[in-house]
Amino acid sequence: MNLPGLYIHIPFCKTKCPYCHFYSTTDLTSMDAVIASLVREMELYEGEFDTFDTIYIGGGTPSLLTVQQLDVILSGIHKHFLVPPDAEITIEVNPADGDLAWYRSLKDLGVNRLHLGVQSFSDQALTFLGRRHRADDAFAAIVNTVRAGFDNFGLDLIYGIPGQDLQSWRKSLECAVSLSPPHLSAYQLAIEEETPLCHSYRRGSFDIPDEDASLAFFLETSAYLERSGYHHYEVSNYAASTSRKSRHNQKYWDYTPYLGIGPGAHSFKEGKRWWNHRSIEGYLKDLGLGTTPVAGDETLSRDELRLETLFMSLRTARGIDLAAFRLQFGEDLPKERHSIIHSLVASGFIVVNDERISPTTRGFAVADQLALIF
Amino acid sequence: MTNMDYIRNFSIIAHIDHGKSTLADRLIQHTGGCDARNFQDQILDNMDIERERGITIKSQAISLPYTARDGKTYNLNLIDTPGHVDFSYEVSRSLASCEGVLLLIDAAQGVQAQTLANLYLAMEHDLEIIPVINKIDLPSADVERVIEQIDSELGLDTDTHLKCSAKEGTGIEDILEAIVQRIPPPSGTPEAPLSALIFDAQYDPFRGTVIHCRIMDGVVQSGDIIRFMYGGATYKVEEVGHFLLSRQKRERLSAGEVGYIIAGVKTISDVRTGDTITLENRPCDKPLPGFKEVKPVVFASIYPIASDDYEDLAVSLEKYKLNDASFVYEKDASVALGQGFRCGFLGLLHLDIVQERLEREYDQSLILSVPSVRFRLTLKDDTILYVDNPSHYPPQMDIAKGEEPYIRAAMMMPERYLGAVMKLCQEKRGMNSSLSYPGPGRAELIYEMPLSEVIYDFYDRFKSVSQGYGSFDYELIDFRDSNLVLVDILVNGEKVDALSQIVHRDRARACGLQSCERLKEEIPKQMFKIALQAAIGGEIIARTTITAFRKDVTAKCYGGDISRKRKLLEKQKKGKKRMKMIGNVSIPQSAFLAVLKSDTD
Repeated sequence: MNLPGLYIHIPFCKTKCPYCHFYSTTDLTSMDAVIASLVREMELYEGEFDTFDTIYIGGGTPSLLTVQQLDVILSGIHKHFLVPPDAEITIEVNPADGDLAWYRSLKDLGVNRLHLGVQSFSDQALTFLGRRHRADDAFAAIVNTVRAGFDNFGLDLIYGIPGQDLQSWRKSLECAVSLSPPHLSAYQLAIEEETPLCHSYRRGSFDIPDEDASLAFFLETSAYLERSGYHHYEVSNYAASTSRKSRHNQKYWDYTPYLGIGPGAHSFKEGKRWWNHRSIEGYLKDLGLGTTPVAGDETLSRDELRLETLFMSLRTARGIDLAAFRLQFGEDLPKERHSIIHSLVASGFIVVNDERISPTTRGFAVADQLALIF
Repeated sequence: MTNMDYIRNFSIIAHIDHGKSTLADRLIQHTGGCDARNFQDQILDNMDIERERGITIKSQAISLPYTARDGKTYNLNLIDTPGHVDFSYEVSRSLASCEGVLLLIDAAQGVQAQTLANLYLAMEHDLEIIPVINKIDLPSADVERVIEQIDSELGLDTDTHLKCSAKEGTGIEDILEAIVQRIPPPSGTPEAPLSALIFDAQYDPFRGTVIHCRIMDGVVQSGDIIRFMYGGATYKVEEVGHFLLSRQKRERLSAGEVGYIIAGVKTISDVRTGDTITLENRPCDKPLPGFKEVKPVVFASIYPIASDDYEDLAVSLEKYKLNDASFVYEKDASVALGQGFRCGFLGLLHLDIVQERLEREYDQSLILSVPSVRFRLTLKDDTILYVDNPSHYPPQMDIAKGEEPYIRAAMMMPERYLGAVMKLCQEKRGMNSSLSYPGPGRAELIYEMPLSEVIYDFYDRFKSVSQGYGSFDYELIDFRDSNLVLVDILVNGEKVDALSQIVHRDRARACGLQSCERLKEEIPKQMFKIALQAAIGGEIIARTTITAFRKDVTAKCYGGDISRKRKLLEKQKKGKKRMKMIGNVSIPQSAFLAVLKSDTD
C-alpha cells in the first residue's frame, strides 16, 4: 500500500474568483487563528496517520501566507507526522503574490514543488476570470520559480472561456510550453452551481462552448501537448515525464488514503470519507473544544466504492486495473461485459489488454459516461 | 310505503367545468345532508382524481330530504352523471332514471357543445328541464347573453331559468323549490312486477357489488330472488336502501325510488349499466329500453417498467377492474417490453384515468403503448378481422380491404375560430361538414372524421386553436374504408413493437417522422450514435439520428469533488436503470409516453 497524502486547505483569498467553488473567505482577520488550529487539528490525527510522503498546501490562496506562517504549518506537520526526505511537498501559488525572496524562502522551508495558478496568458481572459494577476505576472512568477531553484512545478490553465477561440487557446498553450513547465493542468471552465459565474451565466450574460467545441478544445490540447512531449496522464493533467506527475493528486485517483486538514477539507481512509466544516467559525469552534472539526462522513458501500473506482480510474491513462477490480468486486469485466467492451474498443473509446481497460483520448472526453456503462 | 308524490328524481347536466359538482355540494349542504363541519368539498366526486381534475367519472346518487315552502318534506334524489364525452352512455342511463334535470350553464362561458349534447339527451328522455345560470358572481358573467342563448340556441322558455352562484351559495333555495314544483313526481306501479334500471355499480370490499338503481315498477326487498334480464344471472337480495351520505338500509325499495341493492354479486363486471332487474318468480314482460353493451373504443398495452413487476401489475389490474366495469384487459406480450396487458378503454380520458390510478393508487410504474382504435380488416379470403393491436396486424399482401371507425364530432366555438378549427378538422381527415349559427357570433360545426384522428391529439389541438373557447362532443357512427398501413419504429435497426402504429397511408410519413422526432427529444445521448427510423414493411419512410456523447467529463476531480461527482453519477445510473434496453440503447419511459402525446405547441 502506498503511503497516504496530506492536504492542507488555506481558506483565504484576497479576492474571490467568480468561477471558483472551493471554500475561502476574503476576511483575513482570522488567518493566524486558523493557522494555529491547523496544527491543532494535525495533533488530533496523530494516532490515526503517521507518515505522509506527499503534502499539498492548497486553497484558497496559500501564497497569501508569510514565510513565518508557512513555517508554523510545515513545522507542525513535521512535529506530528513523519515526512520522508523524498516526500513531494507542493504549494499553490497565485502569480500575483510573492517576490523572488519569498520563493527562495519556500525552498528553504522544504517545499519542493510549486503549482502556479496561471490560468491564461491572455489579459482579456484573466479579466473575465476575475484573476488578480496579468499575463506579465505569470511570466515573472515562472521566472522566480526557476530562479529560486524549483525544478518541479506545474501550471494551471483554463480553456473554454467566453470569447476564446481555438487559436487564442493554442497561443496560451504555446506560451506555456515555451516555458518548459514539468507539469501542466488544462481545465475546461466549469460553471459550478452557486458561484457568481453561474448566476451571470443563467442571466445569459455569456455563452460557453457547446459539446462539439468543447471536444475540439480538449482534443487540440491533448494533441498539441502530446506532440510537445507531455504525457496526457489524467483527463486534465499532463506531465513532461513520469517523475513529474503530481504524486499527491495521483492518490485521489487510485484510492490511497489521504488526510485533509483545514476548513472544508476532505479525508479518506479505509472506505470512509469525512469532511470538515465549510466555515471558519465552525472549524475554529470545534478545535477550540478539542474535537475534530468534522461536518459529516460517509462509509462507502460496495456499489458506491465500485462506481467511484470506475469513474476515478477511467480518468487516468492507466485506467481500470482488472486484477485489482476482480479482487475487490469479484467481477471479471472483460468476461462479463464482453459485448459492450467490444463496442467501446471498436468505437475508439478504450483499449484493453490483459491487465487494464484504459481510456483513449476520446475516452477521456466522455470518462463520466464510460464509468456508467460498466 | 313511500308516497311517490314526495319523491323527485333529478340530475345536474352541464358542460365540463360549469360547476356541476359545486352545485351538488351546495344542494347537499343546504338540505342538511351533511353538516358544515364535515363538509368536504365536492362530496359526490369522491375519487382523488375526480377532485383534482374537477371531472365526475362515475355516477353517484344521494337522497336529499328537503322541507319545501309548502311545509312538506320531499325526498330529492340527485343522480350525478359523468361529465365527459367518453361516458355518454352512462349519462343516458342516469337520465333514464330521472324525471327532470338542472341544465347548468356557466354565466361567463355560455352554452357549450356538451350543454347542447346533454340537453338533447335530456329531451330524448322527455325530462323536465330547468336551466340554471351558474357563476353569476364572476366579473366576466354575462347573464343577459346566456338568457339570450337559452332562447335562441337551446330553444327553451327564458322565463324558466334560475340564477345562482354555487360557489357563493346564492340562489340554492330557489333551485330546490323549482325541483319540487316543476319536476314531476315519478310514476310507476308498486303493484306491478319489478323492473329496476341499473345506472351504476360500485365495489365494496366487504359487501361485493353495490348496485345503484331506479325502481320503475314494483317493489324489491331483502330475500327476493332477482334476475338481470340481459345478464341472465339470478341473485338473492341481501340488503336494499337509500343513499344518504352513506348507505342507509331500508326494508324495501318501491316504484319511483332510487337506491341500492346488495345481492352477493361478486364482481362489478357481472353488473351492466342499463340492465333491468326483475324478480325471478314474477318477472316483468320486457326489459327497459336503451340497454347497450358498452364496448371499449380505444386500446393500448401497458407494461411494467421492470419485468419483475409483472405479477404486481396483474394483481393491481385485477383490483382496479373491481370498480371499473368498462375497463377490459387481457394478456399481451411485446418483444421489446416483455409481458404486459392489452387494455380497452371508453376513450382517451378513460385511458388517462386508468393509467393515473394504477400509478398513484397501486404504485405501478408503467409504459403505455401508442393507443389505437379497433380497425376492421377484410382479408383476401373474405375473413373479417378486427384488429386493435398493431402486433396482430396481418401481412399487408393478405388484406383486401381496411376500414376504420368514424365519429360525428360536434364543435361549438366563437365564429372567429371557425377557420382554424376547420383547418384542423380537414387535417384530421374530417369530411361531410355542416355549419350552423345557433346564435350571433357563434358557430356550430359538425364533421365526420376517423376516431383514430381524434384519439391521437385532436382534443388538445382543438382546445389550442380555439384558445379554450371551443367545446367538443362526439358519437361513433360507423366503419368506413381506409387505406391502412402498419408503421414500425426501429431503434438502431431493431424494431420496437410497442411503438408500431396502424395508420392511414397518407398520414404514415408524418406519423413516422413525428415518432422519430419525439423519441429523439426524449432518448438521452448515449455513447453511440442512435439511428431512429420509421418503416412500412422494408421501406424506410422517416429517419433521424441521436448523436453520441462527445464531451462529458468533470474537469477537476480531487478530494472534495469525489462524493459530489459520485452522487451525480449515481442519479444518472438510477435513471438509466429505469430505462428499457433495446439492443445497446437505453430508452426512458418518457420516450414511450412522448410518442403518444400531442404537439399543441
